[in-house]
Amino acid sequence: MTDATSPWLALLVGALVTYLWRGLGVVLSGRISPDGAAIQWVGCVAYALLAALVARMIVLPSGALAEVALWVRLAAATAGAVAFLSLRGNVVAGVAAGVATLSLLHGLG
Amino acid sequence: MSDVAGPTGRRAVAARAVREAIGLPAIVLGASYLGFGSVVREGGMTLTQGLVSTATAWALPGQVVLVELWALGASVLAMALAVALTNARLFPMTVSLMPLLRHDGLRGWRLYVLANFVAVTGWTFTMRRAPEMPVADRSVYFLAFATTIWLASLACTAIGFVLAGAVPRSVALGLVFLNPLYFLLLFAAEARAPARALALGLGALAGPPLHLLSPDWGLMAAGVVAGTGAFVGMRIAARRKASA
Repeated sequence: MTDATSPWLALLVGALVTYLWRGLGVVLSGRISPDGAAIQWVGCVAYALLAALVARMIVLPSGALAEVALWVRLAAATAGAVAFLSLRGNVVAGVAAGVATLSLLHGLG
Repeated sequence: MSDVAGPTGRRAVAARAVREAIGLPAIVLGASYLGFGSVVREGGMTLTQGLVSTATAWALPGQVVLVELWALGASVLAMALAVALTNARLFPMTVSLMPLLRHDGLRGWRLYVLANFVAVTGWTFTMRRAPEMPVADRSVYFLAFATTIWLASLACTAIGFVLAGAVPRSVALGLVFLNPLYFLLLFAAEARAPARALALGLGALAGPPLHLLSPDWGLMAAGVVAGTGAFVGMRIAARRKASA
C-alpha cells in the first residue's frame, strides 16, 4: 500500500466531501424533488456501502477487532440482534447486549 | 413576516427542542459516539483528530468509513469517494428540510450554517415537528435540537477515546464493536422497505469478498455494484407492479 496519508489531510477531505452534500442541498432545495430516480439510486448505494462496511468489520475486521475470534464476533452480533428484536427494537438494549457478550466471551477466552 | 415570535417565544421553542433531544436521541447517538471514540483510538488517530472529525464532518457512518480506510492506508481519492457515497443521503435530506425552514428573515448564508447540522436524528424530529409550528420557530427548534445532540456527540467521542484506553482490553474491544453492531441494528429496523433490504443484503454479501480483492477500493465497489443492483431490482419490481 502507498505511504500513509496525513490524518489531517484525511479529515479535511472528509469534512469537505461531507459539507458538499449539505451545501448542494441548500442550493438545489425547492428546485428538485427529493425523491427522483437519481436520488433513489444514491440512497441505495449509500445503504449498500454501509452494509458492506458492517459485514467487513464483523467478518474480516482490520486492526483491533482482528484480535477477537470470529465465532465471538458472530455470537456478539447475534446476541445484540436477539436482544434488539425481543425488546421491540430497543437499540440501546441491543447494543449493550452485543458489546457485553463480546467483552465477556473474549475476556474468558 | 410580521408574526415572527419574540424572544420569549423563541426561548420556549429552543427549550422544548433541548428537552426532546436530551432523552433517547442523545442517549442513542451518545452511545454510538462512544464507539466512534474508541474506533478513533484503535485506528491510530489522536483525541483532537477524533473531535475535529465529529465537529466538522458530523455524520457517523462517513466518519467510521474515513477512519477505517485511513487506518488501512487507503489513498485520498479512495477515502473521498467512499465518504462521499456514504454521506450522499445528506443531500436529499437537506433538499427536503430547507423549504420548511426558509422564510423572509432566514435566507442566504444562515441556511448554509444550518445545513451543517443536517443529520439523521435531528432531521427526523424536525421533519415530524416542523409542519405544526409557525415558520419562524422551525429553524430555532432544528438548531437547538441538533446542537444539543452534536454537543453530546463531541463529549462522547472524547469519553469513548479515553475509556478505550482505560478499561480492560476485552471491554475496549467491545466498544470498538459498538459501531458495526449499532449499524447492524439500524439495518434490522430499516429492512422493512424492500429496496433498502435488497441494498443492505447485497452490500453485506459483496463487502467482504471485494475487500479481499482490493482493501483500497473494495468498499466503494461494493456500494456501487450492490446499490445499483438494488436500484435496478426495485425499478423492475415497480414496473411489473404497474403493468400487472
